[in-house]
Amino acid sequence: MSDVIACIDGSPAAARVCDYAVWAVQRLNAPLTLLHVLDHSRYPVESDLSGNLLLGGRESLLTELSELDAKRNKLALEQGKLMLEAAASRAIEKGVSEPKQRQRHGGLVETLAGMQEETRILVIGKLGEEHTGEAEQVGDHVEQVIRTLHKPILVVPSDFSEPHRVMLAFDGSPTCREGVKMLAASPLFLGLPCHLVAVGKGNPLSEELDWARKTLEASGHDVEVAQLDGEVEPALHQYQKDKGIDMVVMGAYGHSRIREFFVGSTTSKMIKNATVPHLLLR
Amino acid sequence: MLRSIQQEWFSNIRGDLLAGSVVALALIPEAIAFSIIAGVDPKVGLYASFCIAVVIAFVGGRPGMISAATGAMALVMVTLVKDHGLQYLLAATVLTGALQIIAGFLKLGNLMRFVSRSVVTGFVNALAILIFMAQLPELVGVTWHVYAMVAGGLAIIYLLPLVTTAVPSPLVCIVVLTGIAMYLGLEVPTVGDKGELPDSLPVFLLPDIPLNLETLKIILPYSLALAVVGLLESMMTATIVDDLTDTDSDRTRECKGQGVANIFSGFLGGMAGCAMIGQSVINVKSGGRKRLSTLFAGCFLLVLVVFLGKWVSQIPMAALVAVMVMVSIGTFSWESITNMGKHPASSTVVMLATVTATVATHNLAIGVGIGVVLSALFYANKVGRVFYVRSDLEETNSGHRYYEVVGQVFFTSAEQFIASFDFKEALDKVTIDVHRSHFWDITAIGALDKVIIKFRREGTEVELIGLNEASATLVDKFAVHDKPEAVEKLMGGH
Repeated sequence: MSDVIACIDGSPAAARVCDYAVWAVQRLNAPLTLLHVLDHSRYPVESDLSGNLLLGGRESLLTELSELDAKRNKLALEQGKLMLEAAASRAIEKGVSEPKQRQRHGGLVETLAGMQEETRILVIGKLGEEHTGEAEQVGDHVEQVIRTLHKPILVVPSDFSEPHRVMLAFDGSPTCREGVKMLAASPLFLGLPCHLVAVGKGNPLSEELDWARKTLEASGHDVEVAQLDGEVEPALHQYQKDKGIDMVVMGAYGHSRIREFFVGSTTSKMIKNATVPHLLLR
Repeated sequence: MLRSIQQEWFSNIRGDLLAGSVVALALIPEAIAFSIIAGVDPKVGLYASFCIAVVIAFVGGRPGMISAATGAMALVMVTLVKDHGLQYLLAATVLTGALQIIAGFLKLGNLMRFVSRSVVTGFVNALAILIFMAQLPELVGVTWHVYAMVAGGLAIIYLLPLVTTAVPSPLVCIVVLTGIAMYLGLEVPTVGDKGELPDSLPVFLLPDIPLNLETLKIILPYSLALAVVGLLESMMTATIVDDLTDTDSDRTRECKGQGVANIFSGFLGGMAGCAMIGQSVINVKSGGRKRLSTLFAGCFLLVLVVFLGKWVSQIPMAALVAVMVMVSIGTFSWESITNMGKHPASSTVVMLATVTATVATHNLAIGVGIGVVLSALFYANKVGRVFYVRSDLEETNSGHRYYEVVGQVFFTSAEQFIASFDFKEALDKVTIDVHRSHFWDITAIGALDKVIIKFRREGTEVELIGLNEASATLVDKFAVHDKPEAVEKLMGGH
């Protein structure tokens, strides 16, 4: 059975990531894996500008650089272990029986891509440890992760409240239809009121919305349908605030890169302005 | 994609720009020195260094590696320049690039796995010796001032870092020596005496040669040697940078990249080049890691040379000699000397043979070829010793002997295999059990046939057990790695 994977780092969001992961674990009844990635490319580079090479200079440089890496990695490894321990005891406190702790060397994106097979939902903080205090920013890894992985990704903000109302942003795209089917089959939002929201003038999507509502209701979800006007991102977030919704579900990066370059990506805007967790479906 | 561009180019901007400047300053004396080795104007090497560094920054497979005009390549082209002139060199450079691109598409970079560590060490040491030897003509028939300047230059290069590592000591050496020579008005040879320096940006030009078969016949052998030497040094340097930075490189892309860079160089009036071991190490040491460092090194070099050309021509050759002596000392693998006692004699022999052959022929491709062949022979010899034959009489006085063959039978151990049987013993029957051995080639099968025939001639009945298992290795498509059960089955008897 695949796991809920929580990306733990040194950021303040790590505890939230852990909380939301625990929530998902309990809804889905899936195992929890806490993951810490040691990304060497983030270490600062030492420089010696003397520009000369002594006899045996190549060999001694190799020794020097590897000793430096060894020291840094030992420290980072130790630190990561502490973070994982903290997250694990938090999860245990909240009733998760055996959270797995994993540490991997390498880039975050490659590591997550390599673990895709065993991923059910990935939980990641909106901001990484290198950002502090800038609320309207997205960690520079997050977008890359969302584009690379083909699993549901829960991007969480820096505070936790247990989700009570869910909004599904519906655009009628194949990804979104798949998402509806997936949610219908999953216990994740069972029992929570679910707002099915489409943005656009007129009612071009009414047939699809109808289909989505029926699909969700058939599996016992409580559905409310709404159609909004205006720009996609502000309209959705306004609706979310008005109705007190605390979880947003949407398809991610549906358009071509070229279109995104000119028009900008709805997904990026959504995440940037997010104040509640967003579940992104690929 | 945008993200990986950011990662490969701009994730270490400060370190890359600083290291790029250090490298650019060190590239100038090298490019000039290597042009002089090749027998062309310094501007040919300087244009090449600019062009290759800039192009490889975009198309190379190893971020942070420095490519430019190199000594290894310069040594190969000496006779071409002497006999046919610069235009043929430019044409050969373009052809070299084309060959390297083909090598990239054929994935020949993977052939580097046949080049053992001893050969790499030999290559590096030979390169260091050749660079050093190339400086000697500058020290013949000159006044004592030159010797004093070289000694002073070396002192600055090696002692200044003890005081500060904030400025590149080779640069200080060049500036100080140039200043002294100009101030005292010393009559010592300068860079300006060695030929033209660049006075403008390089311009595109077609090599001025007749396009016919005759030309191809002249340049093809040189281009082949240049392509091989260039790829060898580039692949080796990539491995060194990989080790230093604990990251991976894309060898196929690097092969193609070297080709593209050389084609550009040839059309912009530059000589062929490749990756540089010394400069790449200096780049990493100075904090360069990403593509930006290579790009900046190339651009900064050209800016310096074009705008400071008047001053560059005043640099005394003695300063360049001091810098090049430093480069050759830094390139030399000191470990290979200290390890001589510890490593197996065969690896030392391979290393020394590579060095000797290279220094004798001035062609690194020949040296590496000899090194590779020697290490293959040593390996075959070693594995051939993993072999024995055990024999027993089935029962006392029964006249039935049982031979069990264990180990590797192939061309080097076939003789020994035959010699392990006692044909003089009068027997009724022998059983030869080969299921725990491997017959790798037809020499081994031939030897087995010979043994069976010899026994039969003596009137002995021969029974052979387990030949199918033993000859499974004979099939050319034989490949079992990644299949644990197949390897287990093959090695099961051992």
